[in-house]
Amino acid sequence: MGADRIAEGGEVAAAGAAATLAPGELARMYRYMLLQRLAEERVVALYYQGAIVGACFTGWGHEAIAVGAASALGPEDAAATLHRDLGARLVLGMPLRYYFANFLGRVGSPTRGREGNLHIGGLGPRILLHTDYIGANVPVAAGAALGFVVRGERRVAMALFGEGTLATGEFHEGANLAAVLRLPLVLVCWNNQFAYSTPVAREVAGPLAERMAAYGMHACAVDGNDVLAVYAAARAAVDRAREGGGPSFIECRTMRVRGHSEADDASYVPRALIEEGRRRDPVARFEQYLLEAGVLTAGQVEAAREAALAEVDEAQAWAEASPPPDPAELERGVYCEGAPWP
Amino acid sequence: MAVMTYLEAIADGLRQAMRADPSVILLGEDIGAYGGAFKLTKGFLEEFGPSRVIDTPISEAAIVGAAVGAALVGLRPVAEMQFADFISNAFNQIVNVAATSAYRAGGCVPLVVRGPCGAGTHGGPFHSQSVEAYFFHTPGLKIVMPSTPADAKGLLLAAIADPNPVLYLEHKALYRSQRGPVEEGLVPTPLGTAAVRRTGRSLTVLTYGMMVHRCLEAAERAASEGIEAEVIDLRTLLPLDLETIAGSVERTSRVLIVHEDRLRGGIGAEIAAYLGEHLFTALDAPISRLGAPDTPVPYAPPLEAAYLPSPERISQAMVRLARW
Repeated sequence: MGADRIAEGGEVAAAGAAATLAPGELARMYRYMLLQRLAEERVVALYYQGAIVGACFTGWGHEAIAVGAASALGPEDAAATLHRDLGARLVLGMPLRYYFANFLGRVGSPTRGREGNLHIGGLGPRILLHTDYIGANVPVAAGAALGFVVRGERRVAMALFGEGTLATGEFHEGANLAAVLRLPLVLVCWNNQFAYSTPVAREVAGPLAERMAAYGMHACAVDGNDVLAVYAAARAAVDRAREGGGPSFIECRTMRVRGHSEADDASYVPRALIEEGRRRDPVARFEQYLLEAGVLTAGQVEAAREAALAEVDEAQAWAEASPPPDPAELERGVYCEGAPWP
Repeated sequence: MAVMTYLEAIADGLRQAMRADPSVILLGEDIGAYGGAFKLTKGFLEEFGPSRVIDTPISEAAIVGAAVGAALVGLRPVAEMQFADFISNAFNQIVNVAATSAYRAGGCVPLVVRGPCGAGTHGGPFHSQSVEAYFFHTPGLKIVMPSTPADAKGLLLAAIADPNPVLYLEHKALYRSQRGPVEEGLVPTPLGTAAVRRTGRSLTVLTYGMMVHRCLEAAERAASEGIEAEVIDLRTLLPLDLETIAGSVERTSRVLIVHEDRLRGGIGAEIAAYLGEHLFTALDAPISRLGAPDTPVPYAPPLEAAYLPSPERISQAMVRLARW
């Protein structure tokens, strides 16, 4: 037990993970990372065209965490995701169409225009409720893990969240509950250095992973821009949880390379940090790895990009064809109507 | 029919629901090995085991949050607040997470949060509160408060069967003071229906919880002065049974609302506004309300007694209103 150090551990783990993944699985992870990046580029463009009436958050630079962590889950496992985790939702089966429909406030989205952004959750048994109350998702994910244990199912729950979440009481109530009940829960933290404008040193006392190791759970820190390192740590945590080894915490170190939202110019962040973060871009890095390792040829990378762009085009067109909600529906669905929408 | 105390009826409802449906689980502080602060779940751990009777840390947000998560994956959790006062620690999970789920995503959260509320047992400011008004404002929730052993069981069964988050507020002063007939087996009291506890033509009294009993006592006193009060036990506070309320008010044309909770912003304020808006022409007198003053709940017996509407004050209000 105790916190593993980030230094060499990340690359060793990543190399191990790469060895266990078939080329098809590596290509699949690359596809989801590309989809997240290209879909978010498109949404940002729509935002600056004025097509998106609300706020615009992206997970730009967090693709390795979202995709690497969710790829470690089994087909029956569930996750509670947040606003930077599009790739995780796609891995768990959310159609990309919903992403655009939700941003555009159309009835085709699972929220039917009641929510914006990537505030999509409650999708079947795998994608748990989304709420904007940072920290609230952690007790909920612990409860899903508890539900699996009560029913004797060998399923695992995961929660993804930013480092600022560790400042909330609900996070610690959920983590403590999971630890004392030894629940099959994997806590995946994207430490992107800033919670809105507040740097991590001003947000959370003490090193994150060491702090969580004190709960008696396995805790480690990995390079959050290396999808294979994230996958390796998440896979070990998911396996441990499934075998009854209790919860784990993974600090994925990354850098928020854009503002908190598109309305934020992030002028409070030293430029050098953003530039360094962009140099370590997780999508480009993984692409380079796949080429150098001979997993994909340059032609296959190009084809993957074109295929992903076509998916983005199709999803956007589908969402734009979906009508805006009817004001007559305003008061509908406050109470349960049976099956989730749509 | 069996005869049970209010507390025994709640325990019987929980036990029957758990026997009938393996997806019903309990979460709470000291509910397992200890059997609960009021011994309500005594014997549950032995009968249902630690995977269904789950002792938790002192952690109300985690209790309700975990109940939400368990509900999302198909269970029917009943979360206990050891005292209803502590529900404020779980406010975010109830109001923002559970209650908005259906509206935001069509996701149903079948969840019961229950806890002992109310004053009269010298619990002081943090073990005596009425918490219903904090949640009455929230769309997506249901709120019930039984006053009799029969309803204590029936409303609990209906709350557990309901696909929405339901707050089940049980008055701790009624736990052992109320005893009465209770249906055996699984007979729910439908949510959203009020009960007429006493019929009368002079005025309508709208009340719930412990005040039902004080209003019935007060109605007997008023009857000696020739005033016949109709006493309606609301039972479900959200959604209110406006049909039964309106039907009675149209007959009596006078309304007294009595609750233990503070008047300002209380359930009675909403009912009064509703009646003023929709039944103005049916009224022959101003709507009257009795409730607690704008203070926390005090501890010492003289203060606590003065805080609560007494049968005497209620009966005086009945007479005043009937003669207005």
